[in-house]
Amino acid sequence: MATLREVACGGSAKVMRISAQGPMRKRIMDMGITKGCTVIVRKVAPLGDPMEVCVRGYELSLRKSEAEAIEVE
Amino acid sequence: MSRVIALAGNPNCGKTTLFNRLTGSSQKVGNWPGVTIDRKEGRIKAIGAVLVDLPGIYSLSPYSPEEVVSRDFLLDSRPDAIINIVDATNMERNLYLTSQILDMGIPTVIALNMMDTVRRDGTVIDTEKLSKALGCRVVGISALKGEGMDELLEAISSAGETPKPVRLSDPLEKSISEISGKLEGKVPDGHLRWYSVKALERDVLAIERIGESWEEISEIIDDLEKAEDDESDSLVASERYSSISDVVVSSVKTKRASGGYTTSDRIDRIVTNRWLGLPIFAGVMFLVYYISITTVGGWGTDWVNDVFFGEWTIPGAAAWLESMAVDPVLTAFIVDGLIAGVGAVLGFLPQMLVLFVLLVILEDSGYMARIAFVMDRVFRRFGLSGKSFIPILIGTGCGVPGIMASRTIESERDRRITAMTTTFIPCSAKLPIIALIAGALFGGSALVALASYFIGVLAILLSGIILKKWPSLSGTPSEFIMELPPYHIPGVATVIRSTFEKGWAFVRKAGTFILLACGIIWFLSAFDWSMSMVGDINDSMLADIGNAITWIFVPLGWGDEWQFSVGTITGLLAKENVVGTFGVLFGFSEVAESGDEIWPIIGAMLTPIAGFSFLAFNLLCAPCFAAIGAMRRELGTWKATGAAVLYQCLLAYAVSMVIFQIGSLLMYGTFGIWTVAAFATVALAAYILVSKEPFARARQKISEAAA
Repeated sequence: MATLREVACGGSAKVMRISAQGPMRKRIMDMGITKGCTVIVRKVAPLGDPMEVCVRGYELSLRKSEAEAIEVE
Repeated sequence: MSRVIALAGNPNCGKTTLFNRLTGSSQKVGNWPGVTIDRKEGRIKAIGAVLVDLPGIYSLSPYSPEEVVSRDFLLDSRPDAIINIVDATNMERNLYLTSQILDMGIPTVIALNMMDTVRRDGTVIDTEKLSKALGCRVVGISALKGEGMDELLEAISSAGETPKPVRLSDPLEKSISEISGKLEGKVPDGHLRWYSVKALERDVLAIERIGESWEEISEIIDDLEKAEDDESDSLVASERYSSISDVVVSSVKTKRASGGYTTSDRIDRIVTNRWLGLPIFAGVMFLVYYISITTVGGWGTDWVNDVFFGEWTIPGAAAWLESMAVDPVLTAFIVDGLIAGVGAVLGFLPQMLVLFVLLVILEDSGYMARIAFVMDRVFRRFGLSGKSFIPILIGTGCGVPGIMASRTIESERDRRITAMTTTFIPCSAKLPIIALIAGALFGGSALVALASYFIGVLAILLSGIILKKWPSLSGTPSEFIMELPPYHIPGVATVIRSTFEKGWAFVRKAGTFILLACGIIWFLSAFDWSMSMVGDINDSMLADIGNAITWIFVPLGWGDEWQFSVGTITGLLAKENVVGTFGVLFGFSEVAESGDEIWPIIGAMLTPIAGFSFLAFNLLCAPCFAAIGAMRRELGTWKATGAAVLYQCLLAYAVSMVIFQIGSLLMYGTFGIWTVAAFATVALAAYILVSKEPFARARQKISEAAA
């Protein structure tokens, strides 16, 4: 299954599952990335990581390793 | 007893501004037990209540220390009411916390902040409808402009009704009521819903408190998960968000087409641009450094040191005491010990205040989050946060404000490690030592200064890796899931207030300790063992102590001459003292800042390798007392501060020994037992850096002690 990491800048995707565990899993969901919501990828930092996404109307940054734990379609 | 009201809300939603508005000047700042998070409390005079400011949080999960502190306070101290401040421009995420707060069954008033911005954007929020949907009072306010304060106060003073929790989907509600049935009587009545929902999420801290009923509850959750084909925590989170989303859709009418670009988006596209991001960042950092250390702040500090203390206070006090025929010993104690000690602290103040103004502006405007965004990749590799760059940069000017700048790092672990390592970078007071060694032993080569900065940066980065492995500082790597708040212009009142609070905290807390330490060193340098005052530091107790401990430094190549040990000790007062002390010890009454006069003497006493080892030790070992005081403030306890200073000294010792022993082997072919020790040190360092768990035994001991 595709992950949020693979979504191109400017593209958007629907979240299917959070495969992260522990605090990171909780944190991802607390910040509003939950099953069924839409995430827009805004840009990637100048050095290639982390990335900035728009979710529930606000801007959120997360590392690519964290985006990998978010399955999308 | 007066009513206790808790103020809760997300970070960046104007919580501090509202807190200041409601409590005015009656504030007490302390710490939450066990963590270095500020606990602010103040009186709302108008209604005679105490307002407790909870840390800014997104959720009541049991993970970050901020979240744990907040939920423990709400559960155990059970305030009479909660003011939940909600950013009206970002309702969905803000109301997620609200829905968790409402589960606690404590009377709640929602303060819907930034209504002025909402109106300007043409959005209409129906607070009546919102209030009905959420089952508690909703008051529209603007904390910045002071709008809606009277209505908010009225709402708080009449708040007493238990709020209605936000309803989740039917299958979830069914499981929740089944769990509630099992828990009834086992948890406090008012908390039944909260514990039931948390148990459903398999929240570790809630399970701990529930105890024996857990197995039956676990079956209920398994059934739900099978029926809904998803994990329960994910179900609860998405259901919360979708319930809130429905509430927001029904009560908010927005004009702005979603997905459009706001001013903030446009600024952000330039500031974190792929190509411009780094140059802009470098420019901002240069400006911060230039204004706070080189120009405005530097002028202020020079003025306080040279004019206020150097020309007015010290000579003035000395003359006045003399005219009063005060005993010369007492005069010397007051003037050279106490006043000079106070001066050592207050001299840093102008630089610090200017720096704090700039840092608060960076933080408040939203740029600080972008710094972390841009720099994260570099520092993460070494176990530090993107925000660690700021303290280190400031530290090149002065370690004291550098350490204090580490406050802006959210992760407690990253913050502690940054506070412990910031002083490795050569600060401006260490430049005279560099100039002395470069001038006396290396023909004034600029490479010495370059090497000093290189050693400092290397020490910070390697310490990042090493300290992250130490049990009390380790754990799962901190995540970087961080809000990038919209840019906005910071409020003048907030900037002034926050700067003043930080400056005052430093003067008060660090001041007492630095004063005491300076007094002791002064006493040791001014008296001999028969407690009579000496004119020459060579006859003082300090000289004897230097003689007694100098053997420690023999393996570093500069222990044969006791003067270097004494210089290192006086460096604890302020690093620029090292060169001045040499002047006195070698019989000069006054030396230039770089110590030109004593270059030939030092050149004759030390080999270049030994000199460089001395320099490295003084750069890395315990910083001056003012910086140790600042570290104490960030680390929270003297025990942790002592451990940090010990680590710094051990690292300094190891680095200097390796430089001297291996350097001597390569340059002069000397080989001895200490050469072997130096190679062993290198091997040990390599092991710690490469091994996954080098401190396994220490971890075991800690867990045994805990059990």
